[in-house]
Amino acid sequence: MSAEETAIATPGGGDGAWEPVIGLEIHVQLSTATKMFCGCELSFGETPNTRTCPVCLGLPGSLPVINARAIHYGLMIGLALECELAPVSIFHRKNYFYPDLPKGYQISQYDEPLCRGGRLGDVRIHRVHLEEDAAKLVHVGSSGRIHGSDSSVVDFNRGGTPLVEIVTEPDLRSAQDCRSWLGLLRTTLRQLGVSDVDMSQGSLRCDANISLRPRGSEQLGTKTELKNMNSFRFLEQGVRAEIARQRERLAGGATVVQETLHFDPSSGSLSALRSKEEAHDYRYFPEPDLVPVRVSEEMLAAARAAVPELPAARAARYETELGLSADSAQRLAFRSELGDYFELCLRADQDPDASADTSRAQTLAHWVGGDLAGRLGEQDPADSKVTPEALARLATLVSTREVAVGAARKVLDQLVSEGGDPEVIVEREGLQALPGGADELAALVAAAIEANPKVVEQLRAGHDRAIGALIGHVMRETNGRADGADVTRLVRQQLDL
Amino acid sequence: MIDSDQVLHVARLARLELSEMEVQRMASELSQVLDHVARIGELDLEGVPPTTHVTEVDSPLRPDEPRPSLSSEAALASAPAVVAEGFAVPSPQA
Amino acid sequence: MTEVLSLSAREAGQRVAAGDLGAEELFEAYRVRAAADELNAFTWVADGPPPRVQDGTALEQTPLAGVPLAVKDLFCTEGVPSQAGSRILEGYRPPYTATVVGRLGRSGAPLLAKTNQDEFAMGSSNENSAFGAVLNPWDRQRVPGGSSGGSAAAVAAGLTPWALGTDTGGSIRQPAALCGIVGLKPTYGAVSRYGMIAFASSLDQAGPLTRDVTDAALLLRHMVGRRDSRDATSLEFPESIQDPTAERLDGVRIGVPRELSGEGIEAGVLDAFHATLTQAEELGARVEDCRLPHAPHALSAYYLLAPAECSSNLARFDGVRYGHRAAGAEDLLGMYTRTRHDGFGPEVKRRIMLGTYALSSGYYDAYYGRAQRVRTKIAQDFQEAFAELDFIATPTSPSVAFPLGAKTNDPLSMYLNDFCTVPMSLAGIPAISIPNGLSDGLPTGFQLAGPAFSENRLLDAAHALERSIGFDGSPARA
Ligand SMILES: [Mg+2]
Ligand SMILES: [Zn+2]
Repeated sequence: MSAEETAIATPGGGDGAWEPVIGLEIHVQLSTATKMFCGCELSFGETPNTRTCPVCLGLPGSLPVINARAIHYGLMIGLALECELAPVSIFHRKNYFYPDLPKGYQISQYDEPLCRGGRLGDVRIHRVHLEEDAAKLVHVGSSGRIHGSDSSVVDFNRGGTPLVEIVTEPDLRSAQDCRSWLGLLRTTLRQLGVSDVDMSQGSLRCDANISLRPRGSEQLGTKTELKNMNSFRFLEQGVRAEIARQRERLAGGATVVQETLHFDPSSGSLSALRSKEEAHDYRYFPEPDLVPVRVSEEMLAAARAAVPELPAARAARYETELGLSADSAQRLAFRSELGDYFELCLRADQDPDASADTSRAQTLAHWVGGDLAGRLGEQDPADSKVTPEALARLATLVSTREVAVGAARKVLDQLVSEGGDPEVIVEREGLQALPGGADELAALVAAAIEANPKVVEQLRAGHDRAIGALIGHVMRETNGRADGADVTRLVRQQLDL
Repeated sequence: MIDSDQVLHVARLARLELSEMEVQRMASELSQVLDHVARIGELDLEGVPPTTHVTEVDSPLRPDEPRPSLSSEAALASAPAVVAEGFAVPSPQA
Repeated sequence: MTEVLSLSAREAGQRVAAGDLGAEELFEAYRVRAAADELNAFTWVADGPPPRVQDGTALEQTPLAGVPLAVKDLFCTEGVPSQAGSRILEGYRPPYTATVVGRLGRSGAPLLAKTNQDEFAMGSSNENSAFGAVLNPWDRQRVPGGSSGGSAAAVAAGLTPWALGTDTGGSIRQPAALCGIVGLKPTYGAVSRYGMIAFASSLDQAGPLTRDVTDAALLLRHMVGRRDSRDATSLEFPESIQDPTAERLDGVRIGVPRELSGEGIEAGVLDAFHATLTQAEELGARVEDCRLPHAPHALSAYYLLAPAECSSNLARFDGVRYGHRAAGAEDLLGMYTRTRHDGFGPEVKRRIMLGTYALSSGYYDAYYGRAQRVRTKIAQDFQEAFAELDFIATPTSPSVAFPLGAKTNDPLSMYLNDFCTVPMSLAGIPAISIPNGLSDGLPTGFQLAGPAFSENRLLDAAHALERSIGFDGSPARA
């Protein structure tokens, strides 16, 4: 499409005329024992300035030494995100003054980062690099100690915590995309065991670069940077608000100004971060206190060995090998505890014909990802009273038509609250399936038709979905023991439909 | 050559206050030095890699093992201003 | 007691080890002498007996036998002022000790004094100290050189048996030359930089300033060794440092780069240099012309690289955690800019400005990046030269000690003092300056440089030359 055509295509269009283009910049605190460049232990709310040393206080004469585990974790992340790992990478100094930055520069990586390229899900990764976290600056208001003016206080406990910065390509297209992709990243990092990835604690932080362009255009518009949204919800809200703001400006013929914005979740408003600084000139140059990091074969092998199967790979495996739908596969794989439990169920499955049968895996996936997960909420099924054996057995009872689905859900309720053996529960509660040919069932269907003349009218008028009310009626009467398909068949038979 | 405006810009980056006189003087002294060092511009350095370190070693890595930290008294001992066990500074938001 | 003070460090240590002299007695003699310092060589002098060695060994039983040590102000020493010659660190007492000072302390060299220096090691005359200029013991109207001027003057005047200095572009060798003593800049990385207040990280290196070559070897032996786990740029020294014993230079090939031994060097300094070259030949050495084609550009590269690194290294002096903070600033920016305005001297400001400029957006490639490439060429020049040669010889400093105030208003002419010493710094190779006779009654220095880790051979050759030169290194020591 030529520029001219683009121009013609854009003006005044509805919401659909503009396409959001979003890239994320994520900072992750690594869960090493010690800081990035010194032996101080990481801090979790200790008394201020009790986890410091000459290095992380930036005392004169002190020097940084790289934490081996931080490199190891960085490599694991690089592998998990399918990055290209640099055989040699170097650290740079990023120079700027701020009270939370003790040396007047941050040791970070610049043009030779640890990892480049890569992909997670359908988002490409631009780069992954290591750096050190800043200290914590707390505003304390007026204090007589420094001339009565407003003051802040610096606590260097957090300063120097190892950070991994992950920068994506601008492959995201909506606020919802951002939220769910960040969820995938969090699960991936959690499974790697390299970080607590807790947004509320700041161990996972996310900035978004957002621009809009006419749909169909390949060019990027002017972007704004949305800073430090500290929950998944705020990320989604903030991105949505910024997309709306830009769309409104562009639709009104105004332009977007490149700036850094702060989302205030309480008011839902966006404000430009006030900057008394001139445009930053970080004067990056190679950190002369460190020499290049060469990634040896042993380091690579150790990182490879430490990377477990990750959500994206697991979901792909469930789709190709077990024939699960993408949705169902992701529901299990992206919550690793569900995936683990699901695999235990597969293994526990006694159904002799089931092993070769992908529909059997689909059935179990529904039981785990749907019925069980729905009942357990955030709880790990491994910690519940439902054993994989019990769940697999229950699924078998359903597939052999010994128990109808509705009754099986009642059994599952009992399993969740008390545990036990599904067959014993079926026996005890009299939940065996009602045979489809039984007179008892036909009589119950007839009674249901009798009791619901309006529904019958609707059915006769061609509203097929109205049959649900009749099925529901029978189910209530049978305590879920009837098979829905049997009931449907009998209804149609008796009404001559 | 470097003029007063550039001197002021650089001084701002370096967080140095300079008086009017110092700015003038700095401009002339830096210009003189830059004139001299700019002679490296004459060299043909096509394809020559930069040297950050003369020593060609790979970085040693530190085992992720804790070492004792300073006490908060020791950390704060030289601080010009202390409030609430922290280093007090004029607020950046002020 | 004055007789004790005239002993070399090695001789004094031998007396102590033999039981002829008490370590505390030796320390006290120097402490009294140092306290009477008339050269402004010290910024701090011990006020009591030497501390015990950590593991409880008696000083007399240690390898260095308790011979006291003066240390340049910029080495961090726990609880003892470590101010790097700067107002911004006035009264600063660090909570830790530099690795090299700690090693020497454990080897039995107790801390006698901290020596005056150019502020943050930036200078060649010691006039840039916030604590006043140091006087040259040979002529108190003249500078001692810098930046390790306090160390050099103190050793030359016999106020300390020996001293530690640091050398970034010549800061050990040049003051050693101007004060008529021995100064050695080791291979970059040989001595830990941990606890050395940084000027330019990729160039800074600690080294000994001593009365003779033998003492330099003895002190260096206990400075190098295992690499320091706290300094990622430090290296294990591949061998132990031996006592230098050579008396001849048979078969030794010495190159004289014409780029560093002609233009810009005082006649008297050149005469003394050539006289020593003649002696080298008499000792059996082959002296030949050589080329270091990029050496004339070393000064330019150096005065971009070192200021660039210093502009970043000195950013931590911001009035937040230690050191000076300007009073009365209303906001953060004002606190920063005024603190740094008041705390830093003119030369430090100049270099911070120069370095900030060289790294700033739009200038990096033309200045800093280019200087890094020149550095590559300079290192290659030396490598090629050492393929044919054992050592390279130059005058250490283009001039003898100049009068106080002579160059303070002309930064560029001050920078030219480093003309002969900067190339070795950029190449990271070891170089030693030894006294080379007098010119107009003032000392000159002879610089000998070798490939990385050639310190043992370098000390041996310097030892043979020292014997042959027969310099009486005592200005007014009596
Ligand atoms: Mg970052
Ligand atoms: Zn620390």
